[in-house]
This record gives sequence, structure tokens and C-alpha cells, in this order.
Amino acid sequence: MLPFSFEYERPKSFQEAVTRFQQADQSGKEPMYISGATEFLTLGRINQVYTEAAIDVKGIPEGKVIQFDQGYLVLGANLTLTELEEANVFPLLTSTSKQIADHTARGKITLGGNICGQIFYREAVLPLLLADSQMVMVGPEGVKVKPINEIFYERLLLQKGEFLIQVATDTRYLHAPFISIKRRQQWDTGYPLITIAALKIDRKVRVAISGLCPFPFRSNEMEDALNNLEGSPQEKIQNALASIPSPILDDVEGSSEYRLFVLQNLLLDVYEALKFGERE
Amino acid sequence: MEVIGKSVIRKEAQDKVTGQAQYTHDYHTSKKLSGRVVLSPYGHARILSIDTTDARKVPGVRAIITGEQLPLTGESMRDRPPLATDKVRYHGEAVAIVVADTPNQGDLAASLIQIQYEVLPVVHTPTQAFQQNSPLVHEHLGEYEREKDVYPVPGTNIAHHVKIRKGNMEKGWGESSVTVEGDYSFSPSDHAAMETRSSTAEITPDGTIKIITSSQAPFMVKQLIASYFDEDIGKIVVDTPLVGGAYGGKASVQLEILAYLSSRAVGGRAVEIFNEREQDMMMSPSHIGLDAKIKIGADHSGVIKAMEIQFLWDGGAYSDKAIDLTRAGAVDCTGPYKVDHVWCDSYCMYTNHTYAAPFRGFSHSELSFAVERTLDLLAKKLNMDPLELRERNAIQPGHTTPTRVLLNQSNVGNLQECISKLRTLIRWEEGPVREINERLVRVKGVSCSWKTSTIDSNAPSGVILTFNRDGSINLMSGVVEIGTGTKTVLAQILAEKLKMDVDKIHVRMTVDTQTTPEHWKTVASRGIYMAGRALLEAADDVIAQLKEIASIVLRAPIEDLEVAHMKVFTRDDPRISVDFKDICYGYQYPNGNSIGGQIIGRGNFILRHLSHLDPETGEGNPGPEWTVAAYGVEVEFDRRDLTYRLIKAASVIDIGIVLNEKAALGQVMGAMSMGLSFAGRETFYYDEFGRVLNPQLRTYRPIRYGENPEYLVDFVYTPDLQAAYGARGVGEHGLLGMPSALGNALSLAANVSLHHLPLTPELIWKTKAGNV
Amino acid sequence: MKLHTIQLKINDEQQTVTVRSGDTLLYTIRKQLGLTGAKPGCLNGDCGACTIHVDGWPMKSCLMMAVEGEGKQITTIEGLKDTPIQQAFVQHFAFQCGYCTPGFIMNGHSLLQKKPDADDSTIKEWLESNICRCTSYSEIEKAIKFALEKNKSS
Ligand SMILES: Cc1cc2nc3c(=O)[nH]c(=O)nc-3n(C[C@H](O)[C@H](O)[C@H](O)COP(=O)(O)OP(=O)(O)OC[C@H]3O[C@@H](n4cnc5c(N)ncnc54)[C@H](O)[C@@H]3O)c2cc1C
Ligand code: FES
Ligand code: FES
Repeated sequence: MLPFSFEYERPKSFQEAVTRFQQADQSGKEPMYISGATEFLTLGRINQVYTEAAIDVKGIPEGKVIQFDQGYLVLGANLTLTELEEANVFPLLTSTSKQIADHTARGKITLGGNICGQIFYREAVLPLLLADSQMVMVGPEGVKVKPINEIFYERLLLQKGEFLIQVATDTRYLHAPFISIKRRQQWDTGYPLITIAALKIDRKVRVAISGLCPFPFRSNEMEDALNNLEGSPQEKIQNALASIPSPILDDVEGSSEYRLFVLQNLLLDVYEALKFGERE
Repeated sequence: MEVIGKSVIRKEAQDKVTGQAQYTHDYHTSKKLSGRVVLSPYGHARILSIDTTDARKVPGVRAIITGEQLPLTGESMRDRPPLATDKVRYHGEAVAIVVADTPNQGDLAASLIQIQYEVLPVVHTPTQAFQQNSPLVHEHLGEYEREKDVYPVPGTNIAHHVKIRKGNMEKGWGESSVTVEGDYSFSPSDHAAMETRSSTAEITPDGTIKIITSSQAPFMVKQLIASYFDEDIGKIVVDTPLVGGAYGGKASVQLEILAYLSSRAVGGRAVEIFNEREQDMMMSPSHIGLDAKIKIGADHSGVIKAMEIQFLWDGGAYSDKAIDLTRAGAVDCTGPYKVDHVWCDSYCMYTNHTYAAPFRGFSHSELSFAVERTLDLLAKKLNMDPLELRERNAIQPGHTTPTRVLLNQSNVGNLQECISKLRTLIRWEEGPVREINERLVRVKGVSCSWKTSTIDSNAPSGVILTFNRDGSINLMSGVVEIGTGTKTVLAQILAEKLKMDVDKIHVRMTVDTQTTPEHWKTVASRGIYMAGRALLEAADDVIAQLKEIASIVLRAPIEDLEVAHMKVFTRDDPRISVDFKDICYGYQYPNGNSIGGQIIGRGNFILRHLSHLDPETGEGNPGPEWTVAAYGVEVEFDRRDLTYRLIKAASVIDIGIVLNEKAALGQVMGAMSMGLSFAGRETFYYDEFGRVLNPQLRTYRPIRYGENPEYLVDFVYTPDLQAAYGARGVGEHGLLGMPSALGNALSLAANVSLHHLPLTPELIWKTKAGNV
Repeated sequence: MKLHTIQLKINDEQQTVTVRSGDTLLYTIRKQLGLTGAKPGCLNGDCGACTIHVDGWPMKSCLMMAVEGEGKQITTIEGLKDTPIQQAFVQHFAFQCGYCTPGFIMNGHSLLQKKPDADDSTIKEWLESNICRCTSYSEIEKAIKFALEKNKSS
């Protein structure tokens, strides 16, 4: 239950959502978009989120699509993770998203919410980073489409009043070999210690990581090191580790030194599965 | 036997699967106000000022309560202000209460209370607390009112000290050709019952204090509130409906006090204090932590000669139940082994952590981790099979305990038989290690435990039986139904005794302290032991009354009568009989004349021959009987990643007799699950200010479905001659050996000696790297 | 305060309630409709004690605002009568204190409907959404599998 009181609105079109947002903003209500509302409720109850106007975008039809269009798979940002899993059109995404939270919660958490949330794991973004997906955003300036690797840096760089409505992925990536592993502090449930997703395309491996830093990322330097044709897999991994971004998380899930140990082993698993840095 | 041993479905089963079962927070009246508690944001800090001006202006706020003028509380020593006054001693400590019409208004006002703190140095561990130059958690320790047998050391952080001095240490070490030592530690953790604690209090115009609370100890609530606040004990009525899990955590009295104070502040209106999960974890008492040192000496053949033990219990900021936990750890300090020379110092230490409540097993899973890990070190040094080492030293009738109680078959049971059954159950003959491949290896670890229940030497239990007009019986006992199924088992015992259908016995599920006969506390696996005896006495009482009237009706001497199937009949010719229904409310002759009257059975029980411990040597009789057990855990360990899966967990417990098979298995397996969860994943993490970093189930993660191993349970049946049908307490014992058996398995698997909990892959990694 | 009067369809009955926008569905069904079968365990989406059905799928009612429930079919434990899963929980001693039970049953019931052929990994995936602190989960596993079997054969 949220301690503060706010206006709740559920616009039927994205234009209406944007208009509502702007109106509320002008009247100083610190508006916010919500979709699954799970983070809104759970952080709001401990005063880590506040708004006087919540604009619920989950009813907007464009945000619910699952369709193939001109060589792209278009996924609505308001699909719940369960809906994505049930449809299973993008196996790497399904495999990564299946590890987020728990099955019941995934029936409420949305793709857009996971990517845009404050809780910094944002694991569902990993496959999109690997597949160079296009992010479709709407806002005061209308519809905007940007490659994810230009607009996602630690988080999705939205302008005020914008929200994510769709994600489009070149179908070529949908069936590329992949692996996704979530390693936790202990056993099979909980936040990630480290989640790694990897995909092989054009003979190169791509990796994206959550839980290592306080943001998910994909690093060209790391990938270059892994795809380097010289050296043993261990050497490549060591080189890749030399170029991970900072800071490395050091928290209740695990120390930073331990995370590096885990990451190293995960990269070995990726090697086992996808064999990077080898002449074909 | 007809009913004993059968898996009788619990009486409240239908209610529980249909959502009809009511727990404390499910009762609601629209008039109930909400008490919201302001918690300390620091582990240790001086309170400089509290300003409630803005908070009072919030609409709906009825009262704001702070700590001045309130008496000190605490069970064995009164060291705890109900609301912090001069300083806060743990993160999450209650500092003020806002009573408001709705929780939201209360929260809003609570956020507007301005409290200024000056941060003080934090005592993070009991070992630090024990050092000479440690900051003090309590400056006025010598001034607190306390029970006679509590021994605080003013000027230090020692709230209580229990000494065990048995035999002659010099002799013991002299006879030892091998010695091993180990230091162990783990932080406090949580009970994490799915139902968080909540209490509602109301004071009616005639001065009756009505409390409804989620508690294992409603009778203690009444007693303590009367004594702390000088209230008339007869005017305090405590109701306890079904309790949604407790595990010792609801044996402490805390929210009841806050609810009472809140109601008192608003002219007696009903006020509810409901713990949200974070508050339940931070503010309400937790599962105790421990720093331990163990040294064991043995001869070549592995016979243990001497043990020296130091326990520094992390009692947290207030001593409350930690004093008893410190004592309980001391009396069974050696584990279930014959040791002639024992030196143990068990200290209840103050730290800046949440204070401790009992936790299922009452210090025993904790001490077992330290002792049983050291035993494995000994086995390794002697190059001996760890199970054989345990068998060789197993405690037996004729031996004495650390507090010099002479054991017999009835009060200790048969550990050797537990060990031998365990051996078969876990296929010990296959050896402890089995390679699966280059990375994976399956490894087994074992351990043993014993436990007596160090409960108050005058703890009472009572039972009342009444009849319905159809001859069926109502059973009233003060045992709280916390999930153990005790009330159903009591019905089985009565059904067995009266040879009647268990469905004709109606059990009062809820407790109200005004009309339910007192049962001390529903803790320490003592429900059946004590209430069972009281029940048998009440049944005898009922039988005597039934026979008395039947003998007139049937014109037969009492000695010739039997009771069964809700009839009283003559032994030689059962056709000469009278039904319960015709005599339980008196018997009426055809002409209208009546004799007898309503039959009410009563029974009570009090433990006998328990005594206080000698302050210098620890000599004394701490509890009625010891339940012994042996355990095994098998893991599949990944030697590259240092991760593992739980494959199998086994317990063999000397249960005396099984009263309800599935319920007993459920108790044992549930306890094992909790033990593995504690051992494998559960702990509070703190920062430098002593703040709990993981007070949510998102980051404090009990074991979940599918993470569990396969459970194997077997029993040994050595009756306890004092108990109803010979049954021993069994509610806790599945837990006791899990941390140690898991620790032993992983130490073997990872080829490194593990000395801390929880046993996470990171701990293994750090230990291997020499970083702990 | 922002109040909304909304229609909720709960256990096949239409209910009109007035709620704050920040009220969770859990709070509304418990406090306003008196359906206390769904339990608060964490109010944070972590424990599953508050699980109900929304359009036949399991839902943590603390993760949903009452205002989001408009137009949905909501079922609480009070809406289940004598289902195979309830019977199986009783027979297999799949609970002790019973506090987690409504949540487990709602989750399990939905599993039976949506995934009648669930294998071990699907059962685990679904049921790890709830915490039971009393049982060892093996009793719950037996109950679920028994109910799945029964479901299949009927
Ligand atoms: C029980 C539980 C467990 C969790 N475990 C994990 C985990 O293991 N891994 C992990 O990665 N995360 C985990 N999370 C975090 C979860 O994925 C995020 O909190 C996510 O934000 C929830 O999605 P939602 O749709 O409910 O978001 P909402 O609450 O609706 O919104 C969250 C934030 O995202 C913004 N937002 C929502 N939709 C959009 C949009 N379309 N465009 C722009 N901004 C938007 C909102 O403005 C808000 O700031 C967990 C959460 C819960 C409740
Ligand atoms: S109360 Fe909803 S998941 Fe715990
Ligand atoms: S039965 Fe008590 S939590 Fe599951």
C-alpha cells in the first residue's frame, strides 16, 4: 500500500498518455509512467518513489503487440514477462527473462518496466543489447526509434515525458546460438550475483552482463578481447576481464573479488557453449 | 493402539485450505486504530532530541508516545526500555509510536517526527564486545533488576555468564594424546515466520485489558504486562488465535507491550501494532548469533577425554531470552558425548544487534555446528571414520551430562541405535565421497545432537475436558496451535485413552487466558510432553466420574466397569452399558428423578526435580529428558565453481513413540528444511553503522521449493517413561544437526575447513583463498 | 485524497468499492471485502502468501493496485470449493501453520489449469514463487503431483 496519494490514470492511446504526462508535469505533480506497477508499489511503500500522478500505460494497444514485420520482431513494452515466455518468439529473451524474479511476479512485471526500472539489474535488456534491437519510444516529440546501443547506456536514456512502447529486433538474431546463465549468491532463487547472456553471430561472440556493475552493460572491448583469434581461452578471458567497467558491485549478494571469480567461470561456460575466438 | 500413531488429519485442516483459518491480523473491527512505530536508523546512537510538533498536526493522529517515564522490561533482567530513551542500541529499535486512525496517517506522521542522533561506536560482534576496550552497550548494567540466577558483569558487555566445571581439566588433557581446536562464528539471522508478528490491545471502561496477539506465550504476556506495569493480572485477557509460524520467535513479549502502551495513550481504544516484514526483521527479536571456541582432547583410539568450550552468544542489545539461551547452550555444550572433563564458559554478550528470541532448537543447532565441526577435525586427525568416532563416544545410560545429571534409558534414549540406522539410511558403506566427473563430486557429512529443554522448573500445564449433550468431548488446553498439530495429537491421545472416535473430540483451537487453562509457553517441543500428561490426568478424572455415576445406573461396582466407544459397560458383559450422552450431564430416571451432574475433567502437570544450576560448577538438573539424533547430508559439489546442490538430508531421531506419523515426519522434515536454509543462506548483513542491509525477503531468502534435497527420516523408539505413551519431544530435532552435517560435507568436498555460516559458495571460495 | 469508486468482479460476484489509488488489491480484498484468505507476508512481492487469480493466472495481490483490477476476473481462495488441489493438500499434510497455504493453493490451482502436463521443471518454476517456512516442500510436491495426476485422469 502506498502512503502517498496520487492521481491514477489509464490512457487508451500513447498520444493521450503523453498529453496527460505533460499536463500533470505543468501542474507540478511529478508524474510518472507505470506499466506493471510492481516496482512502483514496492519502492513506493518504503518511500523510494514518489509521484502525484501515475500514468498507467499498460492499456495502450501498441505496447501489447507480438508481431513480425519486415524482417523484424516487434514486441510491445507492456507485455508481461510471462506473456513473452508463453509466446517464446525470441528464445534468448525467454531464457533470460525466465530467471527474473519469480513466475508469479513475472505475470505482472513488464518488459518496459524491467528495462526502465530503478532496480538496476534490468536483466531483460541483455538480449536486446546483444541483438542490436531498436527501441521505439514515444514522447512529446512523437515517435522516436533508436538503436539500443546508442540510447541505452547503463539505463535507457529517455527524455522527460518519453516512454518505451516497443522493441524491434532483426529476426536474424532470433535463432543465433546463445547461452544465458544466471548465477546467484546461493542456489536457484534471488537477485543475480551475475547474469550473463551471450550470442554468436557472424562468427563473433557478444556478451552482456548484469549484476557485475550497478547497471547492465555490453562492452565492445570485452568482446574484442574474447573474439581475438590469438591466445588460449583463458588468456582471452583474462584480457576481457581487464576491460570491464567500474565500479564492480560489492554488496550483500557478494564481494567484488568474488564476482570476478564467478565471472571468469561464467566466461569459460560461454566459451564451452559458443567457442569464441576460434578460426572456423 | 487404535488412534496413536495414525496420520489423523489435523482438526483445522479444512479451515486452512479454504482461507477460513483466522490469524491475529485477520480479525478486524472498523474501530481499530493503527500504531506505527518509528525505528532507529542506527545501530548505536545517542538520542539528542525528539520533536513531534509537525507530526501531531497530521489529521487522524491520536497520540504520539515516546520512551520517558516507562519502566524497564526484560524477562530475566530488566534492561530494555519499551521505547528507546537516552540512546538506541540497535538498528530498528522502537523509538516512538504514532497512534492514528489509519496506517497511512500514522506513517505520514511518523515520517515527520524529527529525531536528532549522535552516532556512537558500534559493537559489531560478541568477540569485539568481549574485549577490554570495547564500547559499552549498557553503562548501568549493575543497576538492573534481575532474577537471582543471572550474573551480569558491570563495566563490561557480559549480561550473563554460565560456568560448567566438570572433572579435572589437567587430568583430561594429560590423558589426551591428540587435541584439536577450532573457532567458529555466525551472525544473527531471522525466524521469518510467514505471518509477521502483530498485536492489538484495548482497555475497556472497567479496566479490562484485552490483547489479541500472534504469540507462543499468551500466558507470559499476561504475567509480564501485569508485572511491568503493575496491572491487575486478573484484568488482563490475552487471546491467541491460530499462529502463522513461530519457531521460537513469538515466545518473546514485545508488540503486546507496544500495543498496550498505545491503547493506554488513547483512552483504551483498540490499537493494532502490525509488523510489516522489514519491521518484523529489524525491530522484533531475531535468531541469535554465536562466536565459539572449541578444544577437544582424545586418546589414540578416539575416546574423548576433555573439552574446553567458550561460547560468546550474540544476545544483541538486550538480554531478554538470550540469558536462557546462554544457559541452554552451556548445559548441553559437549554435544551427545561422554566427556569426563569439561570446562565451559557460556557468555551472554551485548552487541548492537537486534536482541535475540529463542529459535527452534534453543541454542542447539548453533552449538552443534561448532562442536560437530571440531569432531570432524578430530576424526581427520585420528584418521578415523567420523561416524565411528561419534559412535565410540556416544552418550549412554550410566553416563553423566556436563551438569552432572546421571542418565538412564528413559531420560536419554539410544544414540548408538540412531547412528546405526543412519548408517544404513545414507548408505554410509559406500563411503563419504563419490566422483561424478572432473568437476562434480557427491559428498556426505554426518553429525549428532542431543537436547534437553531448559524450561522453568515450575512450568505448568493444564487441561479441561467438558462434554456435549451427544457425549462428544471438548478439549481445552493452553497450547497454542502454531502449526505443529499439537492440538490434533492431544485429541488422538484422548481418543486412545477413552477408546473413542477422534472425530468426537472437539478441540478448542484458540487460546484465551481467561478461560483456557494455562500452558506455560508453546515452546521447546514441550507441548505434548506437558499437556499430554495433564490430558491423561484429566481423562482419568473424567473416567472416574463417568464410572461413578454409571455404577449407580448399572448397579455394578466401579471396579467392574470399563469405558470405550462413548459408553460405560461391565467388563464381563458389555451389553450392560450406558452411553456417555445419558450420564455426562447427569442421569435421569424414567420418572424424572436425576442424579449426578455435568462432568468436567481436569488435569495438570508440572515438571519435577528440575533445579537451578550451581553458579560455580553448573551442577544441576536443567531439563526432563534428552532427545538424541544422528544426521547426514549429501551434496553435489562443483569443484570449479565451488557451488553445490543439496541432494539428500537424513535424520534419525529417538522419538520414543510416534503419535501421528505424517505429522511427526512433517515436523522433522520441516525442521530439517529450516536448518538447511539457515545453514546455507540465511544471515543478516550489517554495515559499519550496524544497520541491517537485508531486512526483506527479497534479499533475506529462506529456502524455496525445488532447492530442497530429498528427505530421509527414520526413528528409534526408546520410550520416555515420564511422557504420555512414551513420546519424546521432536519438533526441533530435525534442525539441530543440519548446519553441522552440511558444514562437514562441504568441508570434505572443498577440502577446506569451514567455520562460518551461512555456507555460501563465496564463503567456500574465501576460505580456500585464506581470506576469512 | 484520490478516491476511486470501482467495480471488481471477485469470486463471480460484482463488488463496488471505493479505494485510494495507492491501495493494493490485497488491502482492498482483506479490509473492505473481508476476504482474509489472502495473507500479507511481505507486501513486497517476495513471499506469495497473498496470491490470488487474475484472469486465471496467479497474481501477488500486493503487487497490484485495486484500481488495476477493474474488468478482470478475480478469484481468491474463498472462491475455491473442494478442488483437487485443496483435497490433495489436506491428504498429504502439505501445510502446518497454514499461513502460506492459500497462496500455494491458488498458485497450484492455476498451474493445474494452465499447465496440466507440467513436468518437474515447470512445477518448480511456478512454485518457487511462494515461501513455506513450516514444511519441507516435499509434502507440497506430493500434493501438487497427486492433484496433477488426478486432474489428468478425470
Ligand atoms: C519480487 C520481485 C523480484 C525481482 N527480481 C528481479 C530480478 O531478479 N531481476 C531483475 O532484473 N529485476 C528484478 N525485479 C525488478 C523488476 O524487474 C523491476 O522492478 C521492474 O521495474 C518491474 O517492472 P514493472 O513493469 O512492474 O515496473 P513499474 O513499477 O510499472 O515501473 C518501474 C519503473 O519503470 C518505469 N517504466 C515502466 N514502464 C515503462 C515504459 N514502458 N517506458 C519507460 N519507463 C517505464 C516507471 O516509470 C518506473 O520508474 C524484481 C521485482 C520484484 C517485484
Ligand atoms: S505479501 Fe504479497 S508476495 Fe508477500
Ligand atoms: S505451512 Fe506455515 S508457512 Fe507454510
